[in-house]
Amino acid sequence: MTIDPNLQGRSYPAGETYSVGREAIRDFARAVKATHPAHYDVDAAAALGHADLVAPPTFAIIVAQRADAQLIGDPSAGIDFTRVVHADQRFVHHRPILAGDQLVAALHVDSVRAMGGGAMITTRAEISTVDGEPTATTTSSILVRGEDQ
Amino acid sequence: MTVSISTLEVGQQIGSAIIALTRQDLVRYAGASGDLNPIHWNQAFAEGVGLPGVIAHGMFTMGAAVQLVTDWVGDPAAVVDYQTRFTKPVVVEDTTAQPGEPGAVVEVTGVVGAIDTEKSTARVDLTVMSAGQKVLVKAQAVVRLP
Repeated sequence: MTIDPNLQGRSYPAGETYSVGREAIRDFARAVKATHPAHYDVDAAAALGHADLVAPPTFAIIVAQRADAQLIGDPSAGIDFTRVVHADQRFVHHRPILAGDQLVAALHVDSVRAMGGGAMITTRAEISTVDGEPTATTTSSILVRGEDQ
Repeated sequence: MTVSISTLEVGQQIGSAIIALTRQDLVRYAGASGDLNPIHWNQAFAEGVGLPGVIAHGMFTMGAAVQLVTDWVGDPAAVVDYQTRFTKPVVVEDTTAQPGEPGAVVEVTGVVGAIDTEKSTARVDLTVMSAGQKVLVKAQAVVRLP
């Protein structure tokens, strides 16, 4: 498999809506060993001024990786998922993600750089509500290892 | 919130945390996140792709490490920017036969790296180690403070 050199600049429009549920926030919080009550208790979240449960700072990865799957699963991109290593990750929150949010993510391939026999691919997911309110921007770099790496 | 920007100083320690994890934690993270890559739960598969063993999701380590910041600042919504590079994998040993025994231990410490009084934000720099190695590099969380 070879990475399509014309991948840089490619975009994938927002796909399916991700509906943020309270139990998904609680499950994700438990999974990252987060104990803050604002992830579990609506009253505790309200005491901090939030309308519903607050998602942990890296919760948006669920939405971002669903968007990434469009690229990784695209046969024309030429990415072998079994050779993918996560190199870096960033979350910029425009506002907190709360239970009840209806989110969509548009994916942009910001850069593709050859690295040895493989490639470093940087993608950006622009996450917003279905009404168009910007929620988070996530940036992710993956290293696709070459056959001899 | 208990932290105020007016009393913060660059270089100030925000504390430390120890995260003990088992392979069950990786299965839980796989389910919660939707990242079902077998390198995080299948020994034979992990070794087959050249890894020393089952490794933690980088996103597990990133997600767990930021709790030190969240607990310090008092509101998870205060974390407006969080980034890291993944350098070394966290290898998680199979301790299924030794209940209560961790398969890996991650140590997190945090220090105030920068303060922006105009934006009312502070950057916390995290040091995240496991088995004597830095597993996250340039792990930085920006928090908005009152």
